[in-house]
Amino acid sequence: MPSYNDEGVVLRTHKLGEADRIVTILTRGNGRVRAVVKGVRRVGSRFGASCEPLSHIDVQLYEGRNLDRMTQAVIRRSYGTELAGDYPDWTAAIALAEVAERLTPVEREANLQQYLLLIGALRAICDDRRDANLVLDAFVLRSMAVAGWSASFHDCARCGAAGPWRSFQLASGGSVCDACRQYGATTPRPQTVALLGALLSGDWDEATTAGPQVRSEASGLVAAFLQWHSERGLRSWPLVERAGSV
Amino acid sequence: MYDPVIGELVEELGRFPGVGPKSAQRIAYWVLDADAEEIEQLAKVLVEVKRRVKFCKVCGNVADDDLCRICRDENRDPTMICVVEESKDVIAIERTREFAGRYHVLGGAISPIDGIGPDDLRIHELLPRLADGQVREVIIATDPNLEGEATATYLTRLLADFDLEVTRPASGLPVGGDLEYADEVTLGRAMAARRSSAGKAGVE
Repeated sequence: MPSYNDEGVVLRTHKLGEADRIVTILTRGNGRVRAVVKGVRRVGSRFGASCEPLSHIDVQLYEGRNLDRMTQAVIRRSYGTELAGDYPDWTAAIALAEVAERLTPVEREANLQQYLLLIGALRAICDDRRDANLVLDAFVLRSMAVAGWSASFHDCARCGAAGPWRSFQLASGGSVCDACRQYGATTPRPQTVALLGALLSGDWDEATTAGPQVRSEASGLVAAFLQWHSERGLRSWPLVERAGSV
Repeated sequence: MYDPVIGELVEELGRFPGVGPKSAQRIAYWVLDADAEEIEQLAKVLVEVKRRVKFCKVCGNVADDDLCRICRDENRDPTMICVVEESKDVIAIERTREFAGRYHVLGGAISPIDGIGPDDLRIHELLPRLADGQVREVIIATDPNLEGEATATYLTRLLADFDLEVTRPASGLPVGGDLEYADEVTLGRAMAARRSSAGKAGVE
């Protein structure tokens, strides 16, 4: 298939040469692809805003040996433009894009669930006006579950003993019972573990009742959980503006 | 493939932005054909520019002294500061001859995915320039892309406590382009920021 059509969300861009860019797109049918967009940085480029991060686009790509080449793009919705006027939400949305890129390590491997999760998360911020930081934490937990690192926040992640349990161990994948608890386990607030469970299951009524300290502790555990399993931290995570961080 | 000394030249030239291996080879052979004096002059300028050029202590623009040409110029309007991402943007705006104020070069735009946050830019150096109340308008001329817009949003919020006007350059259709090829975001902004057309009957 020398050329193909798909829809996708632009995750990030890199400058290339004088006026070109390499865009990374999470597509619906072809997974994560990287494509060269010729002349996109020129003022009169016909691609314009379609290649900006967080743009949801219909795209035509021409398959190349290493990188594809974008030949057409039409914007479905420009989430980035909508969010750029709200700095905290924008930083969270950029972190969503970085997580999506991190958790789709193989190019051109279709990953519909990750794609739908990303679209859902962007809509939750833009349309439902959910707290962008909670959406980010929920997105990380669910994306990791899709990627094969599902966390347990009730039963013991090692032996499956019915919970709830107080101890939390990153390496084991979540809550652990007293028998399975090992060196390095933490003991978060019970409300924090409940919040994490609510974020994973999509119980927003429960999640939105959590206070700032609980949310902060939960975010820290989510970041640590992602870093442990993906073996490196996110560059955008420390720059996500959270309530009280300014 | 090349003699070592030519190979080294091709390799060094290939490090220039936008210069691929073929272009590097072409430039290398131009160097071999050129007069020795011409090449010595080029080498001298390259060494000199690297030795002498620094960044302006006030605005961050490239300068050959502590202050750049624009900050030294007393005829520039001190009540307006145009904030740009790079020194290259100063040149672009100067070419328009539409702006007579001063500049502030941030050194980039906020880009969390690249690990660049507000503290990595020259944002804190801007605030003391506004403290004496002389500046009445700050024009945030960051790139009209997502990072540029978010940087402008951050700056606008930061400057909200100052008694001054914060503006953005108008954004819209490029001169010489066809309307049908404009994307929705660009065309939408152009429509939102439309202005009255002077001389037309019935238009305010």
